[in-house]
Amino acid sequence: MSESKIVTMTEKDMKKVTSRQRIVKIIVQIGLYLFLGIMALIVVFPFYWMIISSLKSTVEYRLPVPTLFPNEIIWKNYADAFTKADLGQLFMNTVYVGIVSTILSLVITVITAFAFARLEFKGKNLLFTLLLATMMIPGELFTITNYVTVTKFGWIDTYTVLIVPFLVSVFYIYLLRQNFLQIPNELYLAAKVDGTKDLKYLWKVMIPLSLPNLISITILKMMGAWNSYIWPRLVTTKAHHLITNGLRGASYLDEAGQTNFPVQMAAVTVVSIPLFMVFIFLRKYIMKGVSRSGIKG
Amino acid sequence: MANVLNKVKGWFVNGFWKTFCVAWIWTLLCKKWIWQDFCVNLLYKKFDKWKAWLYLAPAIVLLLIFTVWPIFNTLRMAFWNKYNMLQEIGGTLKFNFGVQNFVDVINYQRFIDCLKTTMILCVATVPISTFLALVIAVCLNAIKPFRRFLQTIFFLPYVTNSIAIGMVFEAMFNIVGYKAIMNPDGTFSHVSVGIINNIIGIFGFEPINWINQGSGYWQNIAVLIIYIVWNALPFKILILLGGLQSVNKQYYEAAKVDATPRWRVFTRITVPLLSPMITYVVITGFIGGFKEYSSIVGIFGEDMQAVGGKSLNTMVGYIYDSLARNQQGRASAAALILFGIIFVVTLINLYVSKKNTHY
Repeated sequence: MSESKIVTMTEKDMKKVTSRQRIVKIIVQIGLYLFLGIMALIVVFPFYWMIISSLKSTVEYRLPVPTLFPNEIIWKNYADAFTKADLGQLFMNTVYVGIVSTILSLVITVITAFAFARLEFKGKNLLFTLLLATMMIPGELFTITNYVTVTKFGWIDTYTVLIVPFLVSVFYIYLLRQNFLQIPNELYLAAKVDGTKDLKYLWKVMIPLSLPNLISITILKMMGAWNSYIWPRLVTTKAHHLITNGLRGASYLDEAGQTNFPVQMAAVTVVSIPLFMVFIFLRKYIMKGVSRSGIKG
Repeated sequence: MANVLNKVKGWFVNGFWKTFCVAWIWTLLCKKWIWQDFCVNLLYKKFDKWKAWLYLAPAIVLLLIFTVWPIFNTLRMAFWNKYNMLQEIGGTLKFNFGVQNFVDVINYQRFIDCLKTTMILCVATVPISTFLALVIAVCLNAIKPFRRFLQTIFFLPYVTNSIAIGMVFEAMFNIVGYKAIMNPDGTFSHVSVGIINNIIGIFGFEPINWINQGSGYWQNIAVLIIYIVWNALPFKILILLGGLQSVNKQYYEAAKVDATPRWRVFTRITVPLLSPMITYVVITGFIGGFKEYSSIVGIFGEDMQAVGGKSLNTMVGYIYDSLARNQQGRASAAALILFGIIFVVTLINLYVSKKNTHY
């Protein structure tokens, strides 16, 4: 009773908004859009600058007052970028490492998450807690020993060294296990009664039901290969470098010995465009993955 | 024959405890009922128990090699005086306990410089980016049309390659052209400009040598701060906006009825209700800040300094440099120091936020 009374009171108050208040509100809204617009421009500007610079001639790029749009569009910069930074070879390396590590990682993550979510065994909770505890430790701490380990294994400068050490991610196992737990256990028991094998159940029921998470993991894993820089530089030479290594390691000097920024920007654009594509088409999954890791991690 | 006998005898004497263990396990296994139980379990009844471990095996093996062993080994290498990987593999090194690695690291001027740079970057970027992200998130939450569009734009820097965009920032702050300026005595001198210098020139500022040869340490740091803040915004906006959208609207309606000023609403309602998200964003910001590395490589190249300038190396950079120079002991000691700092900073943050969290 009393609650409904309060509601009618506030609604009455709302109706009494004077014109002065309305003007203040409009000014505030304009201010908000102005601020957000300026911030958005600042955020977008480096991308804009990257793309237009990659299409300029060197002479135009070095003008005292830069032009905001190229007078003459030079596509040749992109061809130069591919030869100077050897992007073709790097691209193949990265795609190979990305695909192999994503597939293997997905298989391991799925069966591990399944074991933690559905099977019963001694010490399950203890083991899972220990796994989660390792997430606290910064990655640099692992890198040092892993460097020694892969040297002992004789894996230096192979594809293996780029794939195997990062196959298991505790975070992905955690993410998928939570997803599996939400699927009612009755489904699993019913399948058992019908004599369905575990793997078939996993394939027919659990994987389709947790597809969004699997897609998130795939995207994050592929982006990881695309963006990894430190580890490949440490353990491989040029033949097995990934795309980011080639990007920064290449020399973009022109005949006069000065950095040819348009070509450099062309290389940067080539590396950035696949990321933009992923972002445009799969934004939903990325944002979901990030915000989930944010709130629960 | 005598040789073999001697060997067996020596094995029995020296490795007596091993023999004892093996014999004991063997006796146990030989007992008929154990064998039976084991086989039945494996084949028929309780296969499920073993199955779980079968499923877990790949993950566990990989984690043992690449996650669990490193935790112990880092401690071992850090407290092993003059550890060197090549000598250890060669088998010429005996474990030698001591804190020499830590002493070396702390007495090393380069490490102190790295620590200083890292600290400056952390202390500057975390408050700036958190505050900016909070303001943007609140503004985004207050508008209706174009909200999703702007939200997408603000999230754009998240899915970029930090080395690649670092190179774009390098190009933007770089000196690319020469502008002739007439001196009072009639001669001409050339002042360098770039796009950023052009933009600040519009507002009447003098061009600054940001990152080129002869640029100062603080100019370099300023560029890094701008880049790191730009890079850190999207994640923070996403988390804070998510928090804002789950806040109960009733508080704001109550404030509206009381005609509370906007600033008061911000400081008295929004910030306290968002405090868990803010804590989270600050903690992850500090952790990321202490691990800053690739953004510096992106802007300044693999030397991590402006030509002829002071080194801008960070703690993570120091760890990798030591590793590449085969000083794994020092690298481990530095990594443990880094871990300790991150741990302490996180605890302080949690303590402060616990005091200030309002629900």
